[in-house]
Amino acid sequence: MTEIGQARPRSEDARLVTGRTRWTDNITPAGTLHVAYLRSPHAHARIDRVDVEAAKARPNVVAVLSGADFAAEQGALPCAWQVTEDMKLPAHPPMAVDEVRYVGEPVACVVARDRYSAVDALEDIDVDYTPLPTVVDMERAIEDGADLVHSDLGTNASYTWVFEQGDLDAALRDAPVLLERRFVQQRLIPTAMEPRAVLCEPDGSGPNTDFTLYSATQIPHILRLMLSVVTEIPEHRIRVVAPDVGGGFGSKLQVYGEEVLALLLARRLGRPVKWTESRSEGNMAVHHGRDQIQKVTLAAERDGRIRGLKVELLADMGAYLMLVTPGVPLLGAFMFNGIYKMDAYSFTCTGVFTNKTPTDAYRGAGRPEATFAIERLMDELAAELGVDPVEVRRRNWIAHEEFPFETIAGLTYDTGNYEAATEKALALFEYDKLRAEQNDRRESGDPVQLGIGVSTYTEMCGLAPSRVLGSLSYGAGGWEHASVRVLPTGKVEVVTGSSAHGQGHETAWAQIAADRLGVPFDDVRVLHGDTAVSPKGMDTYGSRSLAVGGVALYRACDKVVDKARTIAAHLLEASEDDLEFSAGRFSVRGVGDAGLSIQEITQAAFAAHNLPDGLEPSLDSDATHDPDNFSFPHGTHLCAVEIDTETGFTKIRKYVAVDDVGNVVNPLIVEGQVHGGLAQGIAQALYEEAVYDADGNLTTTTMADYLVPSAADLPSFTTDRTETPAAGNPLGVKGVGEAGTIASTPAVVNAIVDGLRPFGVRDVPMPCTPERVWNALREGGDR
Amino acid sequence: MIPPTFDYLRPTTLDEALRMLPDAGEDAKVLAGGQSLMPLLRLRLAYPDALVDLDRVDELRAIRDDGDAIVIGATATHHQVMHDPLVREHAPLVARATATVADPAVRHRGTFGGSLAHADPAGDLPAVALALDAVMLARSASGGDREIPARDFFVDWMTTALEPDELLTGVRVPKLGAGWGFHYEKFHRTAQAWAIVGVACAVRRVQGAVEDVRIGLTNMGATPVRATAVEERLGGSTLSDGTLREASAYAGEGTEPPSDLHGSSEYRSHLVQVLTRRALNAASAR
Repeated sequence: MTEIGQARPRSEDARLVTGRTRWTDNITPAGTLHVAYLRSPHAHARIDRVDVEAAKARPNVVAVLSGADFAAEQGALPCAWQVTEDMKLPAHPPMAVDEVRYVGEPVACVVARDRYSAVDALEDIDVDYTPLPTVVDMERAIEDGADLVHSDLGTNASYTWVFEQGDLDAALRDAPVLLERRFVQQRLIPTAMEPRAVLCEPDGSGPNTDFTLYSATQIPHILRLMLSVVTEIPEHRIRVVAPDVGGGFGSKLQVYGEEVLALLLARRLGRPVKWTESRSEGNMAVHHGRDQIQKVTLAAERDGRIRGLKVELLADMGAYLMLVTPGVPLLGAFMFNGIYKMDAYSFTCTGVFTNKTPTDAYRGAGRPEATFAIERLMDELAAELGVDPVEVRRRNWIAHEEFPFETIAGLTYDTGNYEAATEKALALFEYDKLRAEQNDRRESGDPVQLGIGVSTYTEMCGLAPSRVLGSLSYGAGGWEHASVRVLPTGKVEVVTGSSAHGQGHETAWAQIAADRLGVPFDDVRVLHGDTAVSPKGMDTYGSRSLAVGGVALYRACDKVVDKARTIAAHLLEASEDDLEFSAGRFSVRGVGDAGLSIQEITQAAFAAHNLPDGLEPSLDSDATHDPDNFSFPHGTHLCAVEIDTETGFTKIRKYVAVDDVGNVVNPLIVEGQVHGGLAQGIAQALYEEAVYDADGNLTTTTMADYLVPSAADLPSFTTDRTETPAAGNPLGVKGVGEAGTIASTPAVVNAIVDGLRPFGVRDVPMPCTPERVWNALREGGDR
Repeated sequence: MIPPTFDYLRPTTLDEALRMLPDAGEDAKVLAGGQSLMPLLRLRLAYPDALVDLDRVDELRAIRDDGDAIVIGATATHHQVMHDPLVREHAPLVARATATVADPAVRHRGTFGGSLAHADPAGDLPAVALALDAVMLARSASGGDREIPARDFFVDWMTTALEPDELLTGVRVPKLGAGWGFHYEKFHRTAQAWAIVGVACAVRRVQGAVEDVRIGLTNMGATPVRATAVEERLGGSTLSDGTLREASAYAGEGTEPPSDLHGSSEYRSHLVQVLTRRALNAASAR
């Protein structure tokens, strides 16, 4: 069978795109109560008094509760990543009790018989606040005498984490070329299409109550464990269901206060409770992404070869550390070196508290930031030396014959072929032709200038080897689980612990099972996202589903085939060694038509009338896969922009992405992931930014202010692939969920800076809005 | 969407609507598509006592020929307007500008009159109405019919000359025939975003020389405004590159553009010059 590699349209799409499915908000058991949250209008304030009496008296209101009402039972939201021994980890109550530390933090809630009554009653809750000094700026936050987000900690620095390899001082000393740059990774709002929603349904009473919690989450398994830890409700009494989930991009890789509170409210009231956020509420209360200030120093020889790289980061944690907040920037520590060889590397990161929404994982999580810095630097180096930016990369990258290669950051890149991807990209892009056009426009003084940007990225994904996670002090492992159930009629149910929220698992996993078992694609059903159905799993993030979960399924399928072989040999009275398995059928090598289909063996296993002695009558299997290494997709992205120098408007003229994500199970899904990833990375370069004012108010609470581009704003992408199989897994797959996002941001900004270089411009802060480009032109021109 | 509580009135004739409006109270709002009002309600930035929904008043939807003008019914949707043969023939600037409003979903619900009566200076159509010297047709139960020229209609930020009991029933747009050129130059960051600045212009030339020129500016102040300083400088000119460049430099004169997330006041003052030049260039090329 060759199901693997087929460009099958996704079987889940019809129900997802029509919305005729089970989103959490579509599920309303009889008697459901509706929750609405009152959120802090202050970035930092003491809560002096919360008066809920008037709100309680409103029609249809069942309960009005403030943080004090939950104080004894709400525990603290978890942070699973103690990145240093002395990391400052402030208590993070699901609902604020004494003090609020960011605009949008929950302060009280109304539970009512309908959603309208709940929201209306919020207006009658009276809260007295005493405003406290607000910390907004990361750099000022760590100055002596700065106001504090958490006064009891005595500092706004949560941790400082250091990694050093090689002699950086020697590399910097007398370096023929020394580039120092400061890049700002603006704060982003993940903006999944489906806002968060939680429904908790209690069953029973007293300590034996069972709770079913539906949530628009990426992580039903981790959430179940964490809810149990936080609330002390026994884990086996909690079932978490992630029904169809409309995107996450990391924002639903979280344990949110509203999830904990849903459980507590359901317990307290003995009725189902539901909460669905609005977009503007979500913009304030869903964790944000990025937000780093990067000071980078690159030392190189005159011929362009890199000597060493020094990275000093400030990473904005926001007001609290959430599930993996402190670890996100550190994922970048292993990526600042990119695909390049160098002798010395130093990385220092300080996590800083501010009175803003907490940050955490957002598509790429630490790796886009790192990739941006090194890819921007490579273009800067090329400009400094007067060498083509592709050529300067060629002089530094790991040659394909050098793999496996241990990098300066301590990772071992298993495979890769940067030369092949780059050659293909250059040809598709018609690089030389565009350079010639750029030259013409420069010479003629065309008001519309052309810029060309390069990004030869790699990334570490397939999170992750459990032992490596342990060495980084992460609180859990990175394995994944799958099981295969072969039903009596020969149909197959696949259960995966990887929790799809738009990625297309139901199609890709069915392809793997169909391929390995030799059954028709339509005979496979994929089950996921419910801890009662899929008891084990580490869920979906970090481009891990296929490279970890898909491989677990591959292994589970092999176990089915192995057992079927034993039964087939018994029934065919042949030696197992003489059996061939092909297209779902066992046959005896060299013996004409004799053979058995996997369905016939299934029936034999089900009847159990005639099985080998001691063999269990079942073909079902389980497998848990824990990889030895990350996987390392890579690729070359080239972007051409047209810059209107009169207005500063940037238009992407051409975008070529050649990605190497290893072997491909479904090319359509891969292409879709690349397109979406590019859109999100381009969005960081050109459009999106979460903006806070000096008082810590988020000013981009609606989509009129937080600009998410649509198809109308993006070019037609040219995508292609090279396929260098990953060495670390039998499928040879790497992961594609984040690659486009990681690669595209620097490609676009490099293109803009390239276009403006003749005007004296060498950087434009992101997002490169028309006004910022116009300002850069004015300032550059003055130089 | 969880708006505050309000009474909801849904007349089916214009007379019924006019009778309902005074009774609905001073804080009543007219709902004519809702593409601006509904977001305000959703965000609880508006607390009307009542909404008078014109959706079922079919007589306000028509677009008709009125001799030397066309009359666009107040609740004609943007989609309807941009595809209407009368509009396309006699007021192509309206069709062109309407096609830039938000996205198809909004254009299928939002209405021409609603957009004008909302009087958001960032909206595209108020500046177009100014540039075309359109006339607003208003009616009330007490005062009967009233005609308000576009230049008197927009009195302040989101405020029009309409009385509380008055409805905008339609807009009379003069037919501008041979010799006229038009353009709407909209500058925005994404396709669905508001205009940072927009320039609507209509130019009539006789034997190459400008006889008449009108320029309406979007989002350059509390109301849409005419770029009169540019208009004055172009009379009789042949719109040569040099003249255009020189005159367009005055596009921001007398304006007080806002500063917001998408552009500073200073940037808008620069943009309006570039966009005015481009709009006039495009209009004169037609």
